[in-house]
Amino acid sequence: MLGMNKKDTALMIVVAILALGAPILLNPFPTESAMAQFNAGYPDLMQRFAIFGIFAIGFNILFGLTGYLSFGHAAFLGVGSYSVVWMYKLLDYNVIWGLPLAVVTAGAFALLIGYVSLRRSGIYFSILTLAFAQMSFNLAYSVLTPITNGETGLQVYTKDPQVLLGANEANSPHFFGLVMNSSSKIAMGGWEFTFNNGYYFCAVILMVMFYLAIRIFRSPFGMMLRAIKSNNTRMTYTGLNPRPYALAAFVISGMYAGLAGGLMAAMDPLAGAERMQWTASGEVVLMTILGGTGTLIGPVLGAGFIKYFENIFSKINDNILHGWFSFLPDGLEDFVVFIIHPFIGKGWHLTLGILFMLVVIFLPGGLVEGGQRLKKLVTSKKDDSNNTAKTEPAE
Amino acid sequence: MDAIILQILNGLDKGSAYALIALGLTLIFGTLGVVNFAHGALFMIGAFCAVTLSKILTISFETIDPTQKDFLGNPLVVKTPYVEAWFGPEFGAGLIDWAVPLSILFSIPIMIGIGFIMERGLIKHFYKREHADQILVTFGLAIVLQEVVKYFFGANPIPTGAPDALTGAFDFGTLLGFDPNTVIYPYWRLVYFFFAAAVIGGVFAFLQFTTFGMVVRAGMADRETVGLLGINIDRRFTIMFGIAAAVAGLAGVMYAPINSPNYHMGMDFLVLSFVVVVVGGMGSLPGAVAAGFLLGVLESFASMNEVKSLLPGIDQIIIYLVAIIILLTRPRGLMGRKGVMEE
Repeated sequence: MLGMNKKDTALMIVVAILALGAPILLNPFPTESAMAQFNAGYPDLMQRFAIFGIFAIGFNILFGLTGYLSFGHAAFLGVGSYSVVWMYKLLDYNVIWGLPLAVVTAGAFALLIGYVSLRRSGIYFSILTLAFAQMSFNLAYSVLTPITNGETGLQVYTKDPQVLLGANEANSPHFFGLVMNSSSKIAMGGWEFTFNNGYYFCAVILMVMFYLAIRIFRSPFGMMLRAIKSNNTRMTYTGLNPRPYALAAFVISGMYAGLAGGLMAAMDPLAGAERMQWTASGEVVLMTILGGTGTLIGPVLGAGFIKYFENIFSKINDNILHGWFSFLPDGLEDFVVFIIHPFIGKGWHLTLGILFMLVVIFLPGGLVEGGQRLKKLVTSKKDDSNNTAKTEPAE
Repeated sequence: MDAIILQILNGLDKGSAYALIALGLTLIFGTLGVVNFAHGALFMIGAFCAVTLSKILTISFETIDPTQKDFLGNPLVVKTPYVEAWFGPEFGAGLIDWAVPLSILFSIPIMIGIGFIMERGLIKHFYKREHADQILVTFGLAIVLQEVVKYFFGANPIPTGAPDALTGAFDFGTLLGFDPNTVIYPYWRLVYFFFAAAVIGGVFAFLQFTTFGMVVRAGMADRETVGLLGINIDRRFTIMFGIAAAVAGLAGVMYAPINSPNYHMGMDFLVLSFVVVVVGGMGSLPGAVAAGFLLGVLESFASMNEVKSLLPGIDQIIIYLVAIIILLTRPRGLMGRKGVMEE
């Protein structure tokens, strides 16, 4: 279907179902129940799933296929956000002007940075991209204040021109009248599902971007990118120049990042320089690795996983823990809560760091590899003879 | 003229910190071939060693002094640190006052211990993996260390003062024949510079003049041959990792009075230190030190008002700009060896 083989079509359909059904699938617990805090089906979080999913898919096209580890992708995220907010300020709140501009500016920016950075590889490439991103971040905070509004962050003021703003047009981001932050709620029994316009806007874009990624992975161009990762020297000897391919991958992933940044501003009409800081670049690296580098579904899973646990873990507090372990004897209960306490709430980053280390050490293929190993464990007992030494690439 | 001297002096203390961290990073890279993203966290832990010692020294007990009243008219509660009670008020107060320099002794064993545990427990399993994996796992470790410190010490910076005797400023200008108060420089920064110079000198002397150092240098040049000669080079490299951790820790200890330690100070320094290492040349110890001071001084020159009015924003990006130019024109760095990580 649509130029994809059977397996990819199945994967695409799974992603489409997950993306479109998220408001229901992520809300498995009734609103009144004690488990309701594990629900993730509210708009703000779901939007982040989709946006960071796009960001990670794009990053994976560079890192997963070519093996170039960029530590500066947050710069493109920031550029995308600024472009969209500027379009709000100059034209009007319709995201149709901003998003294409975000992609284009981020792409141009990536072309510039990539052209310079890709002259080196390995750790030098990482440090070059890091240096460029930190430079953009520092400039956004200081000299470029007229464009970025410095520490305050860029936002729309009433005195802004907004030349296209109609008389009865919505006063927040919208897509031809489809207001992003409005949503309809449906109550069914004990459950309440929120269907948010902004989320569905992101979800549709996520699906399109995922489809594009599949096509890139399966294309001859994708094969070239893999060749860069597996043996750059041999590729050169066969008479191919790897640099244009790597640069194209860098620009594409920069455009993905710009689109993600633009969508952030489309959900919430703000753009701040802290989005460009290198910790934000580190976050997308974490997502990609955690999910599974070089796999199609991995980055989306990783982004969802990190954003979900960031939200849920940081909400759990000691009282909730006491509630869970109340079946234990008093002393033991306090002890267990005391042990878990540093890892929850504000300590969520500690859990993330430990998790990340464990994944890099024991499961370099990320969640996807973990799933495959589990599957192998279950199936290998039945037909041991069939899958001897059949190692398929993690998909 | 006086402005230029002032900027050079200002650059030196930051340059010293860069040089010390970059020295440790280069030691680790040169010996073990590992890119250590957790090195900034070691710097931060060093600074928190100083905080911990000054907290330990000020642990106090409370006594009620009936002769004095507080503002509510109740008997005044006087806090007396244990050290003052044990060693007499004067010596005790002196100990508390000199907590930061004392932490040097306190931090060395701690930092070497942390270095050993890190190397044996984690890094050793990553020798054969790609640089990307090394970067990622040490990046994860940096997050963990940072969060552990945040858990115990909180997220706010903790002011940690220098000894009273060294808090003033030194009028450098009168020494050189300028008007008084044109070139003044805090004593502690001067101390920091000389301390850094001493540590750097110590490390170089250790590598140059001891048998141990000779073996380590031989191992850096050709690890395999040294191993074939029947020398346990791995153990020596582990010790070097401990020393590198101690150097970063010492840089942190002495930096505490300059900049109140907070849990993410390591990350801020780490990025810059990597740039320093790259500019100096991967694997070149003199290069790391020279580039550290060079970039420190360049940074402070770029923050002069005259330069800023000419090129706005240059003070924010000068270091990165230099790194980009160096990487593109001379990828091995200022003093890097030919062919080492040059691709």
